[in-house]
Amino acid sequence: MDKIRASLLKKSIASKIERRGKIISLTCLALIILVVFLIFYFVASRGLATFFQNHINFWQFLSGTQWNPGTTGTNGQPAVGALPMIVGSFLITILSALVATPFAIGTAVFMTEISPRRGAQILRPVTELLVGIPSVVYGFIGLQVVVPFVRNTFGGSGYGILSGTFVLFVMILPTVTSMSADALNAVPRYYREASLALGATRWQTIYKVVLRAAIPGMLTAIVFGMARAFGEALAVQMVIGNATLLPQNLVSPASTLTSILTMGIGNTVMGSLQNNALWSLAMILLLMSLVFNMVIRYIGRKGKLNNER
Amino acid sequence: MNAKRIDKIATGVLYAIAAFVVIILVALLGYILVQGVPEISWHFLTSPALSFEAGGGIGIQLFNSFYLLFLALLISLPISLGAGIYLNEYAPQNTITGLIRTTIEILSSLPSVVVGLFGYLFFVVQFKLGFSILSGAFALTVFNLPILTRSIEEALANISNDQREAGYALGLSRWETVTKIVVPAALPSIITGVVLSAGRIFGEAAALIYTAGQSAPALNFHDWNPFNISSPLSPMRPAETLAVHIWKINSEGIMPDAKAVSAGASAVLIIAVLLFNFLARWLGKRLYKHLTAE
Amino acid sequence: MKKSRVIQLLGLILIGVLVGLGYSQRATTDASESITAVGSTALQPLVEAAGEQYSSEHTGIFINVQGGGSGTGLSQIQSGAVAIGNSDVFAEEQSGINASKLKDHQVAVVGIAPIINKKTGVTNLTSQQLKAIFTGKVNNWQAVGGHNLPIVLINRAQGSGTRKTFESYALNGQKSADSQEQDSSGLARSIVASTPGAISYVAFSYLDTSVTALKVNGVRPTKANVKTNRWHIWSYEHLYTSLQPDPLTKKFINYILSAAVQEKLVKQLGYISVHDMHVQRSATGKITTVK
Repeated sequence: MDKIRASLLKKSIASKIERRGKIISLTCLALIILVVFLIFYFVASRGLATFFQNHINFWQFLSGTQWNPGTTGTNGQPAVGALPMIVGSFLITILSALVATPFAIGTAVFMTEISPRRGAQILRPVTELLVGIPSVVYGFIGLQVVVPFVRNTFGGSGYGILSGTFVLFVMILPTVTSMSADALNAVPRYYREASLALGATRWQTIYKVVLRAAIPGMLTAIVFGMARAFGEALAVQMVIGNATLLPQNLVSPASTLTSILTMGIGNTVMGSLQNNALWSLAMILLLMSLVFNMVIRYIGRKGKLNNER
Repeated sequence: MNAKRIDKIATGVLYAIAAFVVIILVALLGYILVQGVPEISWHFLTSPALSFEAGGGIGIQLFNSFYLLFLALLISLPISLGAGIYLNEYAPQNTITGLIRTTIEILSSLPSVVVGLFGYLFFVVQFKLGFSILSGAFALTVFNLPILTRSIEEALANISNDQREAGYALGLSRWETVTKIVVPAALPSIITGVVLSAGRIFGEAAALIYTAGQSAPALNFHDWNPFNISSPLSPMRPAETLAVHIWKINSEGIMPDAKAVSAGASAVLIIAVLLFNFLARWLGKRLYKHLTAE
Repeated sequence: MKKSRVIQLLGLILIGVLVGLGYSQRATTDASESITAVGSTALQPLVEAAGEQYSSEHTGIFINVQGGGSGTGLSQIQSGAVAIGNSDVFAEEQSGINASKLKDHQVAVVGIAPIINKKTGVTNLTSQQLKAIFTGKVNNWQAVGGHNLPIVLINRAQGSGTRKTFESYALNGQKSADSQEQDSSGLARSIVASTPGAISYVAFSYLDTSVTALKVNGVRPTKANVKTNRWHIWSYEHLYTSLQPDPLTKKFINYILSAAVQEKLVKQLGYISVHDMHVQRSATGKITTVK
């Protein structure tokens, strides 16, 4: 028995190192997974308490439009309807991704295909710098510049989905741009050379070859951008108005899951219904980003297949 | 329409888009800098903050930001490097790996306030670390791991397989190939990833409010023993960072010069990120040369 | 390879020695004690400043003050994780808190005033009008004697101390209509200052020239009026401790209640000293006169 063990272990120094390396890197990954599960467990255990301890109907939670956990709503149950926030989060995320994507991809193409030199010298450093601006600062610029602009141009009080979209657009632009540029850079050079050799113009090469080869990478970039938009709290909270009402239009005050969560959590007591209801919002946030990720992954896989055929 | 014409138009449109984006970004930066730079002075950068009188500085907050960044990177970089290596070099391409990737992406989409509250209950209360730099660094690690892992994995994936095959042909094990050939070759992109995540750490407020705390007790800058509570190096002291400070004075500040302090602090934050960018790039270049050309 | 191993080993030993040295050299004054106070962000500057003063007078004592909100403060003191829980509201008003297990120390009084955008054309409202505005029955300033401007309500976050006080004493317990919400005084003020037709409410310390502070029933929002309860919209700032606080906590709270803090810091921060009040109010809102 010992002999076999010894001979197995003694194979070579390289294989020892190899095994050690594999174990080290696997441990690191396991650690991350552990953290994710801890957070999931933690959010779920608090978030589910609303339904199991406080006996709130789950569908009522999803479809209700009244949010005031401390009081009872019109139907005699505590008013914990999260629909306005869910709609708000969804709208603002999708809209800002819709606005940001063409700009981000256009800029990324410019950075990698049209003028790599200028891209590397000006655009890249600037975009990377912007990632470091705290969201509070974005929020304040939004408050000073975007809100009055929206108020004077589109009417209303200026607070609402539209202002939030503009602020998030600028916030996620750097992330999506630099990640899309990475994806484009990862497309092998010979793809471009082959296309150009066939007589295609630069635009044809970009449009028909490079962009298509980079689709999965760019989708990931958009997911990351949306994820940031989705989870963003402090900046959105300043410009969206935080009214727990279903948005009537793009300029009426609305709210997102994160804005209500951030505002309320300090004012509630651990274990009370008000607090649990906020954790349920966090849980919805997790579930929704799960769905998002899966959808985009599915699209990405499809795009890849079509591409290879 | 002929292809050349379309090519010209498309190029023009791309130029316009890039120019538009640059204008937005530069205007944003300019706005912050123009408002903030006039407030910056040596006194502002070095003196402690005042809670209700004018003339406070951001000295302690600035130091806290850098120290916290350093600690957070010290913890998160090795972990995400290991995880990135495993995901790119060892992990089989199957459903489980896909699931793990999804998990990591979901972690990255967690709102930072949830990360902060998790850190609060887990590190501050459960592990009894209190409101401290250490709790803050752990929370930032949680916040930072997914994005760093992702960018390291991508950096490794972009190294062509020729390099790995060359390593194997020399009789190196996979681990040696990765650590001696692939990682050094991927270093510039890894550095970019680190710089990006460092920027995010630097600007993060929500995750720190409940972990590193929102107070900056006076520090004794002559005492560099990390075991003393008033030492700047002590990991167990509460530490308000620059971003948290900006958030705090904007929301509850009652000092008469709150606006000026906040504008100045924002500008300092941006300049610090900028300096950090340059430094990391320069260091990366040196390291790259050292590891590959020799 | 071997050389680098030696260097690595030396490095590790060096770090070990330094850590050991640092640990053995750490400041070991016996008086080194600390207490932690967590909670209300509105109260944080006062406790922080008092803590700093206290530490400078008593070496080795460290007062750790953190924000997090009144709810956090109360749940932390209830679970015994901290020595002091700072709160803007009575523990009795906060659901999920067993107030009989906590000791209340009222350390300051804060007045709250309705504020409006300067271009509304209104400086005085009756309490009926105020109620009508906040419950959504009136939605144009014209109806209360101002310009033809839609009213934009800016509430504070649900559960915040300021909102509870405002609803109890300005709206006589009525809930305000669903509207925009902000969770900090500074933000509420800057939004009111920049949004036409906006109305909100903030603590006296946040009043400045960028907004108009409203008179209610002709009474001006001043500290003098709060002291006599002519101005009804005010609340206490509380430090909650366990029923038997440890000696250091007790000393620190006595310090905050002493003239050194009440006469100087409390006033500088825009609060009203509890010693100056001519009336006292219980958790249920009952007013008694103090002689």
